[in-house]
Amino acid sequence: MQEIVQYLFSGITTGAVYAVIAVGLSMLYSSTELINFAHGEFVMIGALVMVTLWVRIGLPLPLAMAGAVGAGCVSGLVFERFAIRTARNPEPITLIIITVGAGIFLKGAAMIIWGKDPFSMPAFSSHESIEIFGAALLPQSIWIVSAALVLAGGIHLFLKQTLTGKAMVACAVNKKAAWLSGIPSEKMGILAFGISTGCGAVAGIFIAPITMSAYDMGTILGLKGFCAAMIGGLGSLWGAFAGGLLLGILESLGAGLISSGLKDAIAFVLLLLILYIRPGGLFAAKEAKRF
Amino acid sequence: MLKIKNLRCCYGNIAVVHTVSLSVRQGELISIIGANGAGKSTLLGAVCGLLKNWSGDIEFKGRALKGMSAPAIVRQGISMVPEGRQIFSPLSVMDNLKMGAYTRFKKDGKHRVAEDLDMVMQMFPILKERSAQLAGTLSGGEQQMLAIGRALMARPALLVLDEPSMGLAPKIVEMIFSTIQDLSHSGVTILLVEQNARAALKISDRGYVLETGKMVLQGSADELLVDDDVKRAYLGKDYGDFLDERNQ
Repeated sequence: MQEIVQYLFSGITTGAVYAVIAVGLSMLYSSTELINFAHGEFVMIGALVMVTLWVRIGLPLPLAMAGAVGAGCVSGLVFERFAIRTARNPEPITLIIITVGAGIFLKGAAMIIWGKDPFSMPAFSSHESIEIFGAALLPQSIWIVSAALVLAGGIHLFLKQTLTGKAMVACAVNKKAAWLSGIPSEKMGILAFGISTGCGAVAGIFIAPITMSAYDMGTILGLKGFCAAMIGGLGSLWGAFAGGLLLGILESLGAGLISSGLKDAIAFVLLLLILYIRPGGLFAAKEAKRF
Repeated sequence: MLKIKNLRCCYGNIAVVHTVSLSVRQGELISIIGANGAGKSTLLGAVCGLLKNWSGDIEFKGRALKGMSAPAIVRQGISMVPEGRQIFSPLSVMDNLKMGAYTRFKKDGKHRVAEDLDMVMQMFPILKERSAQLAGTLSGGEQQMLAIGRALMARPALLVLDEPSMGLAPKIVEMIFSTIQDLSHSGVTILLVEQNARAALKISDRGYVLETGKMVLQGSADELLVDDDVKRAYLGKDYGDFLDERNQ
């Protein structure tokens, strides 16, 4: 019992990080139909910039966080401007391959800037861990889960309540009609890129204290996020969120109860199963559509 | 107001519209009729900035539209009601209308947009009733009204409608056409593209007949309605009726 609760806690913590990555991916997909395979690299950028600003330079925590998110957004915008928008033949498949290449580039650039050694970072707060059913709940976990919820809730409100958010949804559901209504879909795409890579950086900030951060951490995290987004149904915000949590919990249970070597395999077995059985995602609802 | 000269539109190397010229004057209701594949929608695509690959001149209020993006053309004052309605189904009816006014929130302010919302809701009371509903749950006719309402929210100087009668019950079609007529009377300049030639010509001032990418006929709507070729080809009379009528 105690063990299982402990696995659940750690699963929910990593799951929340996956959820944030998946939300970013999913949001970009729903507004631009692009799957960004370099998404994980923005998680890496977030984590490494955070380590640099907070641990090395010693900026106050909120400032360092803002800086890391800013770095994620800015590098995302640069990425969009120079890698995506310059594509002469902007077919989805071309763009996806571009993102793969750009991901490799970002990884290499990070290796030159930060070197090959991994960095560790202390927890954000030094409170005692809380004991529930004999299992230790780290304050770090509470931080991460609440931040993930706030972020997803914020994006939800942005998409549902603001004019710009609604225009972004409009672009996603019907680009042609959005154009004809005078919505500049290109700007919406840029905005989606900024928000999406910003989300990636947030995930990086939160994963930095619970694991070692290095230039090559992004690839696997990006794939896990992709897996989580597929579980929830690509393009659905809360689906991606739930998919992330589910993936985190299953991974943690699998690693704990079966074998820790299986941790990464679980994610990809899950991804294959989803693609075979429910390619629309676990939570794919029937859309209200006429004609 | 709108002048098209020697327009030629291509998909790849294939020209779909050849040397078409037409003009729309302030306050007119003009219809372009023609069968499936005549190039009607392509022509509109060029006017509204959806199509890039065209040559010739398109001028709106004395300004060339070449190279402008669709949103820029909307800001110039041309709004299009696209074929097949193309509403934003996961958004509410109200939000769909607001999206139509997207370019105006900054320019004119919330207040003016709210006034226009009232105006559109008055014109289509059903939209007011359903304003909180998701647009995808509306019936076909209601969706068409929503699409027209959305285009009007941009306060267009020229309203372009692409096949507004498509897929709708005859009664609804009648209603849509009478709405278009009312709009025209209220001073909106309208360019209407239709396969339903008779209904379109009945409310129009002038008409153009497009056939396989060429403008084959033009004239006042009354002339076209009684033109033999138009009757035979577009007004749904088969040769039997047509010959009977002529022999009488």
